[in-house]
Amino acid sequence: MSVLASFRDSSRAAPLLERIRARETGPVALMEFCGGHTVAIFRSGIRSVLPEHIRMLSGPGCPVCVTSNMDLDRAAALAKLPGVILTTYGDMLKVPGSRESLAQVRAQGYPVEIVYSTLDALRLAGQHPDKQIVFFAIGFETTAPAAAAAVLQARARGLKNFSICSVMKLTIPGARALLDMGEVRVQGVIGPGHVSSIIGADAWRFLPDVYRVPVAISGFEPLDILASIDALLAMLEKGNADLANLYSRIVKPGGNTKAWGAVTEVFETCASSWRGFGNIPDSGLALRPQYAEYDAEHRFPIDIPDSVEHPACRCGEVLRGVIEPVDCKVFGTACTPEQPLGPCMVSSEGSCAAYYNFHQSTHTKTRHATEQ
Amino acid sequence: MKHTHILLAHGSGGAMMHDLINDLFLPAFDNAELRKGNDQAVFEKQDGRLAFTTDSYVVQPLFFPGGCIGDLAVHGTINDLAVGGAMPLGLSVGMIIEEGLEIDTLRRIVQAMHTAARDAGVPIVTGDTKVVERGGCDKLFINTAGIGVIPDGVHIDGGSARPGDAILLSGRIGEHGIAVMSERRGVRFSTPVVTDSKPLHRLVQRMLAVCPDIRVMRDPTRGGLGATLNEIASQSTVGIEINEEALPITAEVQGACDLLGLDPLYLANEGALVAFVPETCADALLHAMRAMPEGEYACHIGNTIADMPGLVRMKTGIGGTRVIAMPSGEMLPRIC
Repeated sequence: MSVLASFRDSSRAAPLLERIRARETGPVALMEFCGGHTVAIFRSGIRSVLPEHIRMLSGPGCPVCVTSNMDLDRAAALAKLPGVILTTYGDMLKVPGSRESLAQVRAQGYPVEIVYSTLDALRLAGQHPDKQIVFFAIGFETTAPAAAAAVLQARARGLKNFSICSVMKLTIPGARALLDMGEVRVQGVIGPGHVSSIIGADAWRFLPDVYRVPVAISGFEPLDILASIDALLAMLEKGNADLANLYSRIVKPGGNTKAWGAVTEVFETCASSWRGFGNIPDSGLALRPQYAEYDAEHRFPIDIPDSVEHPACRCGEVLRGVIEPVDCKVFGTACTPEQPLGPCMVSSEGSCAAYYNFHQSTHTKTRHATEQ
Repeated sequence: MKHTHILLAHGSGGAMMHDLINDLFLPAFDNAELRKGNDQAVFEKQDGRLAFTTDSYVVQPLFFPGGCIGDLAVHGTINDLAVGGAMPLGLSVGMIIEEGLEIDTLRRIVQAMHTAARDAGVPIVTGDTKVVERGGCDKLFINTAGIGVIPDGVHIDGGSARPGDAILLSGRIGEHGIAVMSERRGVRFSTPVVTDSKPLHRLVQRMLAVCPDIRVMRDPTRGGLGATLNEIASQSTVGIEINEEALPITAEVQGACDLLGLDPLYLANEGALVAFVPETCADALLHAMRAMPEGEYACHIGNTIADMPGLVRMKTGIGGTRVIAMPSGEMLPRIC
């Protein structure tokens, strides 16, 4: 059996589930901060096998979802500048901004290109020396090294037509903001695996140390997640709050210093606007002044109209874990993956999309709503 | 041929177009019907009902591990006929070529079509060529149409599945989707994943010989197995339950999906079919399918149920359940 297959071995799931069911913790709410975990939990049907007293909450871990309408509107405005080709990751295209999505901007004839990596954007810059290639950079600590590398490469190659509109965010300030708000009672956190591979498991020590909330850094296989839930319950059972790194095959205590070194070389922290949270100090990544020539905001100063949210959309509350997607009145009716009112329904890591695509009761509910 | 690239004049209807057809297409697709040089192919009167299908191929890149747009266009149309229970009689080929395409590239693709049609025993009996200005299409679009004969007594229909039917899958899933995606994005794996593109008409004829009562058959191409099962659940108004552990997915495809954040259930296939059959026929069919190279990995992936008509559910490896929804838009790799 391959290493990966061993993390899917169904015969190992049963004893783990037995242990989880036997834990004497009382009702608990555990939050996964990472959108990848949200999808993995639904895809493997973990919610359907957990005992009812364990509630899984989805946090603000989807990079598309936390991007504010203001930033989406900025991207749309950049795409409409003469001579600019806006490049971005695919999921961003369908997210409705205040007035239009990037897909609608593209349909009007403005150049918006989907790229799968920053290297694709750099390649476009090489192919179109007469155009300005702007990369709309979203994401957390996992995507930041690639964005930094693109800037470093652009400088090394002397590219003058490549820049980044950075709306990248840092997970730790986001997590702190969520806990400081105190809206939801989170008894344990499933720590993001990919983010932690960059910043290190130790970056999450503040959760047990400051907030007395246990954290388990988790991989994305079903058994990884079940083991993490069990580890959190074990800590809660004993009244301990600690950090468990259950993804040590990928995540080191100190992370990937080389990747993070590139990020800190190119970027500095700044205040950032999060959907559902507002402005969070030191939670964003902006290009340092010495890389200003690669900063789209610096190169293309633009005024954008005031941003507005769709009045019925409750993505902000979903992202804060205050409500579950099915609690939103427009879920599955006015808001579907084909006609999303908010990003959580359109992003492949969004919790509304995960509920809609993988969860049986949501379909039943939607069908009932349609029947009525 | 003295030119190295396709010029607009190659589609003009004049001497250069005749050169292209006579030097490149006719020798490759050579058969008696084509050689007549008529504007139509003529088939003798057939026993059974006629099946007719068409499909257009706009795949990029033109070449991918294990195949190209040309053999894909032949296999795809043969399979669209086959899953209706039809034995294909012949294919048409319409080529829309962008000015500037290298003639050698076109030659390789035409050669691949010839090989695919010859190996399948299905002749290309008529065709059409158009050349559009640079930017008018993306290098090469191919349309193939096919005509075939369904024997009397065979009635395969998307609306015919009944509760209790066994759901059989003829082969592994996701290989074509990953092969194209890896080429498109320049992702290389230590063990390359190649397309599963192949014709399935012989497999279908064998299956019909064992069980003429096959209720539904479909090849899960774009949208993958997930979309196909949803289509059938809706058409037949039945619930579907499949078992994750029964799905044949190679470690390479699973690994690529894990890396990119994709779901193999929604990846395109070009050499697999899914069949809804009476449970009593399932074992004999599996035995017959596995005896053929196209059905080597055939397996029983689940059953139809009376509950929750229209809904497709999967029992997961850890014993949970999840819905398999109709896919929405293009599947995109994870961002982080």
